[in-house]
Amino acid sequence: MHGLDAHYGRIQALSGISIRVEESEIVTLIGANGAGKTTTLRAISGLVRPSRGEITFGGRSILRNSPDHTVRAGIGHSPEGRRVFARMSVRENLELGAFTRDAKGEIAGDLAYVLKTFPRLQERLEQKAGTLSGGEQQMLAMGRALMSRPKLLMLDEPSLGLSPLLVATIFAVIKEINARGTTILLVEQNARQALQIAVRGYVLEVGKITHEDSGANLMASPAVQAAYLGGAA
Amino acid sequence: MHNVLQQLVNGLSLGGIYALIALGYTMVYGIIELINFAHGDVYTLGTFFSLAILGLLGVSNQLHGTPLVIDVAITVIGAMILCGLVGVVIERFAYRPLRNAPRLAPLITAIGVSFILENVMQLWRGPSPVPFPQVFPNPAWVVGGIEIQAKQMMVILFAIVMMVALQLFIYNTKLGKAMRATAQDRDAAQLMGINVNATIALTFLIGSALAGAAGFVSGVYYQSTWFFNGFNAGLKAFTAAVLGGIGNLAGAMLGGFLIGLIEALANLFPNGNQWSNVVVFSVLVLVLIFRPSGLLGESLPEKV
Repeated sequence: MHGLDAHYGRIQALSGISIRVEESEIVTLIGANGAGKTTTLRAISGLVRPSRGEITFGGRSILRNSPDHTVRAGIGHSPEGRRVFARMSVRENLELGAFTRDAKGEIAGDLAYVLKTFPRLQERLEQKAGTLSGGEQQMLAMGRALMSRPKLLMLDEPSLGLSPLLVATIFAVIKEINARGTTILLVEQNARQALQIAVRGYVLEVGKITHEDSGANLMASPAVQAAYLGGAA
Repeated sequence: MHNVLQQLVNGLSLGGIYALIALGYTMVYGIIELINFAHGDVYTLGTFFSLAILGLLGVSNQLHGTPLVIDVAITVIGAMILCGLVGVVIERFAYRPLRNAPRLAPLITAIGVSFILENVMQLWRGPSPVPFPQVFPNPAWVVGGIEIQAKQMMVILFAIVMMVALQLFIYNTKLGKAMRATAQDRDAAQLMGINVNATIALTFLIGSALAGAAGFVSGVYYQSTWFFNGFNAGLKAFTAAVLGGIGNLAGAMLGGFLIGLIEALANLFPNGNQWSNVVVFSVLVLVLIFRPSGLLGESLPEKV
């Protein structure tokens, strides 16, 4: 995406954001609360209409796509705050993830893969999603996004509010999903973990990209360390 | 005692009609949080559409055998399709442009749409009651001193069949799941690839089609209607939806039957029919005092 502006009412949330994600990369977008990370993902999905700029995916413009078309184009989005369907069972949530697909056999195979990746979801398959713990809901949100078999998976704060042990699990799963060929755009406040697994990273500050480099270089950068990694690493 | 049982039978058939209308209120509220005040008028339209179709078929008297089945099927399905389309058009042109407006705007619009429909019906069929032909043979059975008319059985059975079909659709089909997902979280539903506009239109289609079915049934039951019929029936059905817990399908059905029963039982008292509205709305107030989210409304209601 290139030169993107987005507004909420009269408030400009993004100004001239340009990011690039290559096939099979893990790219991370880090930054403080309110920097515009979530808005960036929502703009890509089509939930927010950018006022200026261009978004292309696989060479095609998806700027004017409605969110359901973005999903069909191959972009999965696990949104901020998980947004699972609380009054539906875990199974129904996962089935809805595959809403755009028709091949029953493939869907069943992907369901088996998600349940193997997140055994907790297997245990709670028939439970209402609203009764799940925060970590389980996160797994469900990720699994649900995977069920569309996306080429690009966007994850918004997958580690938010999780115990350190679960965070480690989630990041291991992200790497594994990536290893299976899914490109990942990861939005995180947990900058250290995100930069460890990312090929490249962008730092977003009040709607603007301030740094752009490889994950390792950003980790080593004094400015990034001071602002997002809690001083010297 | 025998009077009570008789009124229970009457109340159940009355309640079947209310329940069918209440489903449309509750489905629309569940998905876009709008009280669709025009819904009662769509129900009246259903009776007029049925009347028009029967006219086209040349039916003015009782039918028997195969013609009964075929003509009734054509009439019911025709009225459901026409009402469903009216619902979709209303949503597209009156409510969708206001989707992100403050909630009062679509509400006032709904009242406006209701006036428009009432006036159109008045122009079409005049201001006086219009008779509806008695298409069904209506034998009555006397069981233990209680008279059960065939048309009462028909209303109750018809309402139950429709409700079961709706439940199966909502809980077992992909589109039904899309409706429930959209009702719970519109943004998240979009991220699943669900076309939210189409899903909301589908909700209006189904809700209005059920009102159309109720319109046919009420024509058969009361053998007359008039352009303003939907105001009162709509109010009762809306009350039923609130009583059961608005947004909750099972609640709308329960509420519909309860309102029908309460109204019928009020007839047991002297001049009871004049008090039936008072009784119905008093019960509503009482229920809402003790259970503000309705009888079946919980912290985690199943919305559609």
